[in-house]
Amino acid sequence: MITRRPWYGTALMYAALAGFLVFLGFPLLWLLSASFKSSGELNSLAINLLPAEWDFSNYASALARQNLLPAAGNSLLVSLATMVITVLLSMPMAYALARLKGRLRAAGTVWILTSQVFPSILIIIPLFLVLRSINLNDTLFGLILVYVTFTLPFTLWMLQGYVAAIPADLEEAGEMDGASRFTILRRIVLPLLAPGLVATAMFTFVSAWNEFFLALVLLQSPELYTLPIALRSFLGAEGQTQLGPLAAGAILATIPSLIIFTILQKKLTGGMLAGAVKG
Amino acid sequence: MSTTATRTTRETPPPPRAGKRVGHRARAQRREAVALVIPALLPIIIFSVIPLVSGVALGFTDTTLKRNAEINFIGFGNFIELFVDHRFWGSFGIGIVWAGAVALLTLVSAMGLALLLNSDLRLKGLTRVLALIPWAMPPVVTAIVWRMIYNPNSGPLNGALQAVGIPGANWLGDFSTALPAVIVVGVWAGIPQTTVLLLAGMQSISTEQQEAAAVDGAGVFRRFWHVTLPALRPIVLAVTALDFIWQFNSFGLIYVLTEGGPGGRTMIPPLFTYLEAFRNREIGYASAMGDVLVIAILLILSLYLINQFRQAKGARP
Repeated sequence: MITRRPWYGTALMYAALAGFLVFLGFPLLWLLSASFKSSGELNSLAINLLPAEWDFSNYASALARQNLLPAAGNSLLVSLATMVITVLLSMPMAYALARLKGRLRAAGTVWILTSQVFPSILIIIPLFLVLRSINLNDTLFGLILVYVTFTLPFTLWMLQGYVAAIPADLEEAGEMDGASRFTILRRIVLPLLAPGLVATAMFTFVSAWNEFFLALVLLQSPELYTLPIALRSFLGAEGQTQLGPLAAGAILATIPSLIIFTILQKKLTGGMLAGAVKG
Repeated sequence: MSTTATRTTRETPPPPRAGKRVGHRARAQRREAVALVIPALLPIIIFSVIPLVSGVALGFTDTTLKRNAEINFIGFGNFIELFVDHRFWGSFGIGIVWAGAVALLTLVSAMGLALLLNSDLRLKGLTRVLALIPWAMPPVVTAIVWRMIYNPNSGPLNGALQAVGIPGANWLGDFSTALPAVIVVGVWAGIPQTTVLLLAGMQSISTEQQEAAAVDGAGVFRRFWHVTLPALRPIVLAVTALDFIWQFNSFGLIYVLTEGGPGGRTMIPPLFTYLEAFRNREIGYASAMGDVLVIAILLILSLYLINQFRQAKGARP
């Protein structure tokens, strides 16, 4: 900057920044501190950001609740399966979308973009009927299939961007050396695509891990609940909810996505104009 | 895959040599494209395209989840009923207020935050990481935290207000405060993504223009209004349009926060449709609602696209 800001301008900017920091950061801090508070303190209007007495039993009692650990297991299984299947399925199509020209590419792009704007509710009703007719509703396998389908458009969009960034010259050089298409894909494209694949996979994992609506519709048996559904079932009538264990469970559910998002921080930029699994 | 097709990955197709060979190559190229696309296309067609089409069609039937009721095609019956269903149109209005308020407030806050993060202040690294938190949090957790914050008897919001002598409120439970309260949560959750997108846009603006304007004596606000904002215009429009549509379609946050209450004051259309389909078990009627939502979204989208088209035309010399 050439012009110098007056001192009150700088002060105002720091005040605004502090405002944002408090607004954005406070809920997580509050949740964290609530997870260490005794139920007596939690049910008072005291606004201690640090617990008056540290109560570590909330985590134990959250984990001891009959459905939280199995729910975390279900979430892990569903998220990992969704991640692996989605990435494997989208890799070839993303390659095709990035490298081919013509109607196929145009149609693919239009579909990817429009699929982001339709309300999930319209698709989930018939999907529920379809899955029920093949006895896949209320199964984790059915949920995985639905997650894969809902995540694919975004995954394709992300991956085709990464493919497009690989210079086509490299592949041509491979052709000159007489390598087959498969060898070119495996030896040249795949290694260069690896960082993009990892980012896409992580993003898919988080999307499935955080997803709520589709799981709510498709899962009825409590033993199949994913973590978000199990957490929501913690919420009884206001006042009856055990806030401490609920906060502890919520913290545990946030940790994986928080770690992945911190790693992905730099990658979550411009090209990602689409949403992943819609909540 | 045949070796004659090995050149298909080029961005520009090679010039044709002999007619017969090109035909062969084009066919091989098409085969290869189909092979690459099928693995992803099959699940998409089965679990996305077919349900979408049958979802639209279900709106013209009287399907229910009750007993073994038979399914009848009833033409526009559902739509006629829907037309006079004031609960649906009420939720439609709430959905527009919710999505509009969240999209606009998110844009304004995210613009502010992006400008701060793009300036020469310290603490930017910390802010960037903190600003990601709402994005990474599962929507259910977001809703749970804010329910705790808004809780009239144990929430820090009322605690802070009472500490300075202002009586608190039952934020999510009162008719007048419920919608504004959920809008604040929507904005909180929406800021990160919009900020990241705006920041990416800002970083692509050349600093020369900014500096030239500064030399000409333009103040901070004039520089923002005349240099930064026009350059960001396409991003701002796209982000706001998409944000509006996402919020209009959103479900989980409000479902966990209020379940549409109190008295339907936060009942946005997807929530209303969900309850109609899976609690009242009126699949046909709910699908008709879904059809109306799709039409509304396509209208909004076409408004945006027409605007884009006009811009593109106007930009030509």
